[in-house]
Amino acid sequence: MVLATLVPLQAVAFGLVALGAPLVVLTRDPLRQALVNGVYGVSLVLLFVVLEAPDPALSMLVVSGVGYPLVILAAIARVRGHERTKDGDER
Amino acid sequence: MMVLGPGLLGLGSLFAWAMAGLPAFGDYHGPYGFVLNRVVVPLRHTTNVVMGTTFDVRGVDTMGEEFILYAAVVGVTLLLRDETRSKQAERRTRRLPNDTARLVGIAMVGGGLLVGLWLMAFGYITPGGGFQGGVLAAGAILLLYVVGSHRDYRPFRDVHALDPLESLGSGGYVIVGLAALASGTAFLTNLFGLGTTGTLLSGGSIAILNWASAIAVTCAMVLLFAEFLETYVVPLEPEDSGS
Repeated sequence: MVLATLVPLQAVAFGLVALGAPLVVLTRDPLRQALVNGVYGVSLVLLFVVLEAPDPALSMLVVSGVGYPLVILAAIARVRGHERTKDGDER
Repeated sequence: MMVLGPGLLGLGSLFAWAMAGLPAFGDYHGPYGFVLNRVVVPLRHTTNVVMGTTFDVRGVDTMGEEFILYAAVVGVTLLLRDETRSKQAERRTRRLPNDTARLVGIAMVGGGLLVGLWLMAFGYITPGGGFQGGVLAAGAILLLYVVGSHRDYRPFRDVHALDPLESLGSGGYVIVGLAALASGTAFLTNLFGLGTTGTLLSGGSIAILNWASAIAVTCAMVLLFAEFLETYVVPLEPEDSGS
């Protein structure tokens, strides 16, 4: 069995993922965090492609690009909507 | 600090110990991957080995996964669906004010649907499949809500049409399995002719199982979006119409 070694492209993809994950955690604004998380998802897609796994890459692409942001954005919209209504009542 | 320091030290050393014991990068010991890589194309005529594995060699696993999704959608529906409230959501007719954004959005709806259908149809020939295509198609449909209005999106919020379709997808998978049982072989045995390798007429039952799961996943996602939209958008209605 030939043992695969980490080629430079794979190292770059791993590096991007390692860089992206803390960025998502360190972003404080939820709306911005949703966007950063999307970019992080794309870096994971890149990693899957580089590791020759196109099927998980496609799944990751649609889940991180479509499904997950919707749930977060919808939740943010609702929370902000409540805050706005509250502000309006106070005024 | 007194607890955190030693705790981090302990966790760090255990983590380093675990990392040192991991197999080297790319070191694969499981025999099944190598067996499947050799066996699936000659035996099942599907050029995408992943699909040959998930819908045939491990077909029962995929059926379980499909029911996990089904159960998740049923859970969300039970939690969020409120029949009395669904009529109120019709009020919003405001559209995106920017024409360019709407035009690009509409192009993306068409493009997304097309790519989604392509992923579904060619799932067992090239990378893709029912799940990926289904989520993408559902996402394209959701984009219609973003660029259009509630009125444009209404057909896709009709849960009474979506519920049976979702069940048809999930149930269709089981029916294909039971058809094999009825014809005297084991559950989910590949029944139909295997066809020519590399064409849409290959893989036998895999093609039908793939379409069943594509329908199930698309409807599941559209149902989820519909339930979420109703829950999140409706409370904002009075404010939107007032401004």
